[in-house]
Amino acid sequence: MTMPYYASAEQVMRDRSEYARKGISRGRSVAVVTYADGVLFIAENPSSSLHKVGELYDKIGFAAVGRYSEFESLRVAGVRLADVRGYSYNRRDVTGRVIANAYAQTLGAIFTEQMKPYEVELCVAEVGDTPESDQLYRLTFDGSVVDEPDFVVMGGQADAVTGHLREHFHVGLGLSDALQVGVRALSAVSPVTAGSANGGSAGRLTAAQLEVAVLDRRRPKRAFRRVVGSALRTLLGDEQPAPDDRQGAERAAHAPSVTEPGTPPGLGDPANPDTVGGAEGTDD
Amino acid sequence: MNESSAGRSGFPPAYLDRVGSSFTDFLATTAPDLLPGRRPIPQLPVGELAPHGTTIVSVTYDGGVLMAGDRRATMGNLISSRDIEKVYPADSYSVIGIAGAAGIAIEMVRLYQVELEHYEKIEGLTMSLDGKANRLAAMIRGNLGAALQGLAVVPLFAGFDLDAAAGAAPGRIFSYDVTGGNYEERGYAAVGSGSLFAKNSLKKTWRHGLSAQAATRTVVEALYDAADDDSATGGPDPVRRLYPIVYRVDAEGAVRLADAEVAAVADAVVAERSAAERDDKQREG
Repeated sequence: MTMPYYASAEQVMRDRSEYARKGISRGRSVAVVTYADGVLFIAENPSSSLHKVGELYDKIGFAAVGRYSEFESLRVAGVRLADVRGYSYNRRDVTGRVIANAYAQTLGAIFTEQMKPYEVELCVAEVGDTPESDQLYRLTFDGSVVDEPDFVVMGGQADAVTGHLREHFHVGLGLSDALQVGVRALSAVSPVTAGSANGGSAGRLTAAQLEVAVLDRRRPKRAFRRVVGSALRTLLGDEQPAPDDRQGAERAAHAPSVTEPGTPPGLGDPANPDTVGGAEGTDD
Repeated sequence: MNESSAGRSGFPPAYLDRVGSSFTDFLATTAPDLLPGRRPIPQLPVGELAPHGTTIVSVTYDGGVLMAGDRRATMGNLISSRDIEKVYPADSYSVIGIAGAAGIAIEMVRLYQVELEHYEKIEGLTMSLDGKANRLAAMIRGNLGAALQGLAVVPLFAGFDLDAAAGAAPGRIFSYDVTGGNYEERGYAAVGSGSLFAKNSLKKTWRHGLSAQAATRTVVEALYDAADDDSATGGPDPVRRLYPIVYRVDAEGAVRLADAEVAAVADAVVAERSAAERDDKQREG
């Protein structure tokens, strides 16, 4: 009779954790930062179609790092859960906590039951009516869930970015300031800017290397909005506002709709590019 | 299996399958009881027991499309509601109006709104206007059994086509029949009990390239004419301040016109008609 190889449960879990951690730290970082009017997602992501940040529901957003195929299927599951729940109950009955719990259970089950854990780390963010009611849930590969204040950094050299943010972040920043603080923190550790040789932005990530989105509590129904193109460049301080430039190239034929159906366009402040309502040439 | 089974082990397996971006198809596998088309069909005609929505009209104009609906729902010979809303935004660039069994119709509209938003969130893109029109046809097709027992739902769908070729009219209207037939209309369309009279009115008042303001008057007047001859269509109600619901869809998205704006148009139509009537009387007398 042959004896099966014995590995203690402790050893198995340690190996799996290490495997998942390695996978996650290989990628690039994502920062989720609260600001005065909501939550800001900043991802270092050169792809404009393989998103790390997405919309789950009216007031709930999603950010992830790690293996794309794994977190994408989790994102889709979250959208499905939110939509089924909102359809069978009411839109107000969909909360970030419900979705975060489902993620935690799923990740926990996969971590303990399957050979290979998911190499992902997620953040479920929800905006409320006031900054105090905003929620950021961080979910790790083993299914643990933490409710974090102020900001969450995941993936890559998350500790270094967190340290940088801790120094420069403070509560109640405006959108532009929060974005600059976040981007500087990501740039400080990014291998892309390490040489500091590329471009004139003094070793800072450029709009093309970033994926940025906000959950804006002032928007009437669907708070999630991507910030792309010249709206992003303007917020980064890379260029002066150029209203003509907002139409055209950035505006894909089927850009996701941005207005709440039935709301008058231009509900934001037209002078301020980050509050644009449903006007032609919206920056999504 | 339904949503509540997202219990101890998190998402049920169907949630994690990366297949399909249709909400309706997803419900069909996970919670079919939530779908309007999956219920037992009544064995007897029940049309008299359920409130029915009546007239919806839609016209294109130079910058997009308008849709308007009266506010009446009827149950047999009774008025079951004076202030029902029968035109809804489907998403940012399209609107849907419904005639027929109100309960099923409103449920269908809710499902359709989630269907479009769900696709948009999962795909990161909005569906093409033709795609949206087809999805709605599939939903109507599923209701044929109930339709034969008096619970027909007949929608009117209109939207702004973001892919319209240069020079082509961006506002487009689609009408449906109870079997799910889907027909693109040219210029104007109407559904519901008063649609015959509304269409006759539109035939005389609608032309190519109307301005938004003139088109608003056209649809309000068509509903007035429908209410004139069809007992199931409600006219403007100045006593309760109830006026038709009008949605405009243009390059900036779907907007519901303010009640005050519609009231002003409706009052102008009424004033003009009564002035014409007075003139006739004077000439006779």
